[in-house]
Amino acid sequence: MTKDETRKLVIDIISDIAPDEDLSAVKPDVRLRDQLQLDSMDFLDIVMELRKRHGIEVPEADYMQLASLDSCAEYLTPKFQAKA
Amino acid sequence: MKDTHYDVAIIGAGMSGLAAGIRLAHFGKKVCIFERHNAPGGLNSFYSIAGRKFDVGLHAMTNYVPPGVKGTPLGKLLRQLRIDRDEFALCPQKQSKISFGPRGETTLTFTNDFAVLETEVAAKFPAQADGWRQLVQLVKTYDDVSLDAKPVPAREVVGRYLTDPLLIDMLFCPVMYYGSAQERDMEFGQFVIMFKALYLEGFARPLDGVRVIIRVLLDKYRHAGGERRMKCGVAKIVEQQGRAAVLQLDDGTEVTADHVISSAGYPETMKMCEPAHTAEADANIGALSFCETIAVFKQAPAAWGWGDDTIIFFNDSPRFEYAAARELVDPRSGVICFPNNFDYAGGKLDEGWFRVTCLANYARWTGLAEADYQAAKKIGLDAMQRSARRFLPAVDDATLAANLVTTDMFTPRTVRKFTGHLNGAIYGAPHKVRDGRTHLANLYLCGTDQGFLGIIGAMLSGISMANYHILQKSGT
Repeated sequence: MTKDETRKLVIDIISDIAPDEDLSAVKPDVRLRDQLQLDSMDFLDIVMELRKRHGIEVPEADYMQLASLDSCAEYLTPKFQAKA
Repeated sequence: MKDTHYDVAIIGAGMSGLAAGIRLAHFGKKVCIFERHNAPGGLNSFYSIAGRKFDVGLHAMTNYVPPGVKGTPLGKLLRQLRIDRDEFALCPQKQSKISFGPRGETTLTFTNDFAVLETEVAAKFPAQADGWRQLVQLVKTYDDVSLDAKPVPAREVVGRYLTDPLLIDMLFCPVMYYGSAQERDMEFGQFVIMFKALYLEGFARPLDGVRVIIRVLLDKYRHAGGERRMKCGVAKIVEQQGRAAVLQLDDGTEVTADHVISSAGYPETMKMCEPAHTAEADANIGALSFCETIAVFKQAPAAWGWGDDTIIFFNDSPRFEYAAARELVDPRSGVICFPNNFDYAGGKLDEGWFRVTCLANYARWTGLAEADYQAAKKIGLDAMQRSARRFLPAVDDATLAANLVTTDMFTPRTVRKFTGHLNGAIYGAPHKVRDGRTHLANLYLCGTDQGFLGIIGAMLSGISMANYHILQKSGT
């Protein structure tokens, strides 16, 4: 699993949670909240979809690690690799 | 053999129970919804007579916003339930109005564009303009979905901004008719929810009515792997060590669940508990019930000049009194709905529909013997329709009679049958339980008595309670 692949998986999840958002031009280094209309319910769903689809646990204390696509990649990629 | 243990058991297949079920099943919980009635939908359901489908409850879906508007309850609901907006096939209203005075002398028109109501208020109540602006600002910024907000009376808060009792009553009338379980006043958070739902957002309806919404929810729930047992209510919730340990079903069997979510209502759920919490239940039973008349015509009512109004909220008296009716029905105020008057984008209903809702007295209706009940329905139907017609352009009886296909009417007895609510209380208990907690650690409330109002509110209630009490807390 590469960081690019992780970014792609996160985008896949967001597109299912928020199909009304345009994800074609999301900047990976900018906070998701600042470029998309995602609220706390949506972020919770990202966490729960990670658990459901990929068996990845994100403890509540680490939610801020999911702020941008880049920080998601940094934080989640080792977790995916540990599972492989 | 049927399963006897679930991660979550949900009582009631109404909007809130189905929404909670979809969330929980989607995230892998083993869920079963137990519904006493044979039809899903609860308060917002439908029935058929002679092949014609009648909606119960729903006049219009509130909280409508056009595609692209984000961050409102409708958008949150669609995202949380993974529903595509097009599945609901919502068609917006044309226009609605609040009509007050013996012949509707003062009116406020409102549409799905809030600017229309703002213009109306400015034109008809110019002295209230400043207060109105401040009130709207407060409503827009108020945290109405807080689960731990202190209750404040809405009339007191609104009275700080508006002084004209006519304007105050006119604004409260739709808000109360579409959701208040409390007589004469309501909690300000609930007022805000309804103000946004009706005025800042708006009305819409699928061409085929509420069954479209119910069908979407049932499909989602089934696809997510949820189980449903119809005509199988929960009779008792047996308490052991402060937990809901066993559910005794109407058919005599027993099931267990780690969590129980009840949409049956606060007093109804407290009475299900074994031992029952009768005193708490009796102190929080609603007093407000409705009658609704439905007339079906060969043509749309616009054919004889009943116009383009979708919903008309009317009151003929000096003050608007939202309180339990003393007689069978209280025709002084009510709600008219013309389901034909939504913008169906080329589609249309095959027949004309004229619905009227008024406050009604539960004890009087349920005290009638069967023959008297049928007679009372005829009298009630006539009284309600005549009252409502005062707020519409005059049409002679002969024109209506010549076009009439059939009529039907629901009473507080019907409300009790569809919802199970004690007293036929249409919007449940007067005091809501916002965090959904009960005296049992694993028993939570959702739906009407949790207090997010309206049909979208009901679904968000189920979602919120499933998230808050179960999904946010469970690890793998």
